[in-house]
Amino acid sequence: MTDQTQQTATVTQPRPRTRSSGGILGLTKKDFGLLVLVAILTIFAPVILNPFPAGSAMAQFNAGYPDLMQRFVIFGIFAIGFNILFGLTGYLSFGHAAFLGVGSYAGIWSMKLLTLNVIPAILVSVIVAGLFSLIVGFISLRRSGIYFSILTLAFAMMSYALAYSVLTPITGGETGLQLRASDPRIFGGELMPGMTPRATLFGMQMQDSTDLRFGAWTFTLNTGYYIAGIVLLVAFYLSIRIFRSPFGMMLRAVKSNQNRLNYTGLSPKPYTLAAFVISGMYAGLAGGLLVAMDTQVGAERMFWTASGEVVLMTILGGAGTLIGPILGAGFIKYFENIVSTINKSTLESWFAFMPDGLQDAFVAVIYPFVGKGWHLTLGLLFMLVVIFLPGGLVQGGSKLATVFRRDRKGGGVEDDAAAQRQAREE
Amino acid sequence: MDAIILQILNGLDKGSAYALIALGLTLIFGTLGVVNFAHGALFMLGAFCAVTFSSLLSFGFVPEDAGSTSVGGFSFGALQRETPYVVHWFGENAGNAIIDWAVPLSILFAIPVMIAIGVIMERGLIKHFYKRPHADQILVTFGLAIVLQEVIKYFYGANPIPTPAPDAFVGSFDFGAMLGFDPGSIVYPYWRLVYFFFAAIIIAAVFAFLQFTTFGMVVRAGMADRETVTLLGIDIDKRFTIMFGLAAAVAGLAGVMYTPINSPNYHMGMDFLVLSFVVVVVGGMGSLPGAVLAGFLLGIIEAFASMTEVLDVLPGINQIVIYLVAIIVLLTRPRGLMGRKGVMEE
Amino acid sequence: MGILEVRDVGKRFGGLQALSDVNLSIAENSVHAIIGPNGAGKSTLLNCLVGKLIPDTGSVSFEGQSVLGRKPHEINQMGISRVFQTPEIFGDLTVMENMMIPCLARRDGSFSLHGYRSLMADREIVDRAEHMLEDMNMSNKREMHAASMSRGDKRRLEIGMCLAQEPRLLLLDEPTAGMARADTNNTIDLLKEIKAKRNITIAIIEHDMHVVFSLAERITVLAQGKPLVEDTPENIKGHPKVREAYLGESSGH
Repeated sequence: MTDQTQQTATVTQPRPRTRSSGGILGLTKKDFGLLVLVAILTIFAPVILNPFPAGSAMAQFNAGYPDLMQRFVIFGIFAIGFNILFGLTGYLSFGHAAFLGVGSYAGIWSMKLLTLNVIPAILVSVIVAGLFSLIVGFISLRRSGIYFSILTLAFAMMSYALAYSVLTPITGGETGLQLRASDPRIFGGELMPGMTPRATLFGMQMQDSTDLRFGAWTFTLNTGYYIAGIVLLVAFYLSIRIFRSPFGMMLRAVKSNQNRLNYTGLSPKPYTLAAFVISGMYAGLAGGLLVAMDTQVGAERMFWTASGEVVLMTILGGAGTLIGPILGAGFIKYFENIVSTINKSTLESWFAFMPDGLQDAFVAVIYPFVGKGWHLTLGLLFMLVVIFLPGGLVQGGSKLATVFRRDRKGGGVEDDAAAQRQAREE
Repeated sequence: MDAIILQILNGLDKGSAYALIALGLTLIFGTLGVVNFAHGALFMLGAFCAVTFSSLLSFGFVPEDAGSTSVGGFSFGALQRETPYVVHWFGENAGNAIIDWAVPLSILFAIPVMIAIGVIMERGLIKHFYKRPHADQILVTFGLAIVLQEVIKYFYGANPIPTPAPDAFVGSFDFGAMLGFDPGSIVYPYWRLVYFFFAAIIIAAVFAFLQFTTFGMVVRAGMADRETVTLLGIDIDKRFTIMFGLAAAVAGLAGVMYTPINSPNYHMGMDFLVLSFVVVVVGGMGSLPGAVLAGFLLGIIEAFASMTEVLDVLPGINQIVIYLVAIIVLLTRPRGLMGRKGVMEE
Repeated sequence: MGILEVRDVGKRFGGLQALSDVNLSIAENSVHAIIGPNGAGKSTLLNCLVGKLIPDTGSVSFEGQSVLGRKPHEINQMGISRVFQTPEIFGDLTVMENMMIPCLARRDGSFSLHGYRSLMADREIVDRAEHMLEDMNMSNKREMHAASMSRGDKRRLEIGMCLAQEPRLLLLDEPTAGMARADTNNTIDLLKEIKAKRNITIAIIEHDMHVVFSLAERITVLAQGKPLVEDTPENIKGHPKVREAYLGESSGH
């Protein structure tokens, strides 16, 4: 076991001081790399997500259309925010969709009453959702564990029920709210009757798209998507800053040991409340972006399954990791949109090369899991992740990476994880 | 006065369902320490046991000697009545009575099925989550609940399946006349009364089982202090498995008998689950009497909030009253109405 | 006037009078041990001092200020740190992060929303935490997860974290409970070293007489919720009342 001694040596060596204060944008090299990675993915998503020529059999799996890409980005923001609460403090909220919904309503009212410009709409969304989460958080955080989860769930369900019934004048009830030409807008309300109001940013319309064609491939570059993408990058950058800040460390300390925190002169309550409000504001931001993109809102986006979905995204990607929630959100939205559009004839065409009996058998086995049955796949995936990969995709990835690296270097692994494991065994 | 009695009665049947589900949830939580988000799905599976059993009963064959008209080799179904096997075996009267009583008879079918499902769930999945954080338990059982409901949706479709009560229980009971109010002022469907009494019997049976049998005693001891019981050399795990099966059966039976009140659909479990959790928390996590009390209490409160007189003053209150009560209870009595100290308090 | 004054403190749990008429004065810069048989009320007394329990009667004051009614984190900010029987540390965090938390608490108070500043670029905190780790002889473990360390190391880290706040009073609740002899001796040496180097008052609740007599300058013996005697270690050793309290207890078994 020569590699063991090697590893021990690396542990005891005085470590190089890696805190060259500042770095780029105030981030360490590794974090900056992560930010660049997300930036590249965001910029080239219309290309990356459309790897198959339009019209080919595999075009089914293309996800590079604006509507879906906007959702990737927006739910990525939602999950990043949720992760600041759940990933860092361990408080499992089952009611975060309420903040997204409240943000959406606030945003659409800003576009109805103020202006069609999306910036005020998004700001209003964030502020209103922040205030609402302050109230909900202040009350819910008086309890912890499952009680906290149930309290947040209760608040979300109340919001949902109220939006559907009593608050219909504000929320539009079952029909929801849409932008209309007749809205009493203060700025830029000079729409002709019959014209559809569209969300804009200083003259740019969210729906505007440019198609790039390369042979059989078509890539759609959409204004709304890129605006949402910029917001995602800012949101991601801020979340890195929070993770690496004293505040972020305190949040992890809350998750780890509240007793010691108390006896270190720190009260966990303001920290958890601040995290709650921040994540509520992220949810509001996502809600505001949703209405900025499709200018409509309904109460169903506050239903508790929507809250469950963001939990799932965060867990699937890896709670408490930086990039996990973005991966999880992308994964789930991709599944939702792609797997659910696969139908029987698609399946039949895939397995057409097989003999008839075998083809039918394959189609029969796979069919329940696709199309309308995609929820089944989702539930199974959920269970598999929680059972086998409690750390989510990010953990799975790093496990794989460790295995590969070990193969290549013949055991001389120098990464932290292995060193720690070594130290633990001593 | 009659309006109040009517609302209390109205609250009883929903309260019964809440109480039964919450009872099972609390049994599982108290014994195994697991937060089971799939418990609503068990309720739903119970309801579909009734659906399955009913359709099994009416499963029949076309007698060959029946005077059917066939045109060009195709026969018209309408003219060719299927005869259920049950009728064939037991004769016209008994057979049709059995089919009519399908829902109550489903109990016999549902008990073994639900216990089996519960035991398989516990041994196959839940067992591995005893030592994991509550968040993981919630998430894995939530995933399981999605899977179960999607499987049911795949086989039974998305639409509610009407499952009628036996003819004898169709119709309503006139409480008003009995209590000396105007006849017709308090009318209550017979089946809802049946449901209430059924729930009361099940609850009494569960309590008696825990109170008077050695098995129940060990389980109660295990709820109080698992480690010590294990140290006494008692195989508590096995008993907990059985407890899980039992809780599944209770939820299943609640579902079976609920089918005539509400036609079962695949998402009924989730609808009840959220409210049942609120019930458990209001009653006090880990307290069986608390779960039952809170179940009925919230059912009745919900019924009162649905009165038009109340809705005129507080529109929409019926939709949120349970959550509102839950929030108030949790903030004023952190452990719920009858909760014990130290349960789920990190 | 001692740094910590306990006057006529009583605490009752249902039918059990856990503490009655406890008077205790801990002199500044001393090492004061509180000993007593099981059930004597040592832990109850300690919990009354740090705000986990509120006594029914009497008063507790630290440096002339009453601690009653204050929350644990407020009492800690007054200058009282506590070491637990089983080490309470942040198991999911690295040793370095564990040490930075008390450094931040000392500088920024009970709450600060530094969500944008980079932790590792905060030289003052990093240097201080590193200095404390060197003091505790733990610099080589700074990147380890705290939960993966041995019990002795966890104890050492916990004590270091308490000291990083520069408390005036350090309360130790059976700091060597469940430790092997070597670890116990290490802990004794560590506490002696701390006492020699710093201006600090130490109050220690302990079962192990070896630890008590190696460290304490004064000893209070509690029995059945009341202080029995208070004296120097030399006098306590042969004190008839103490022997009675302990031997009576042990012969009763």
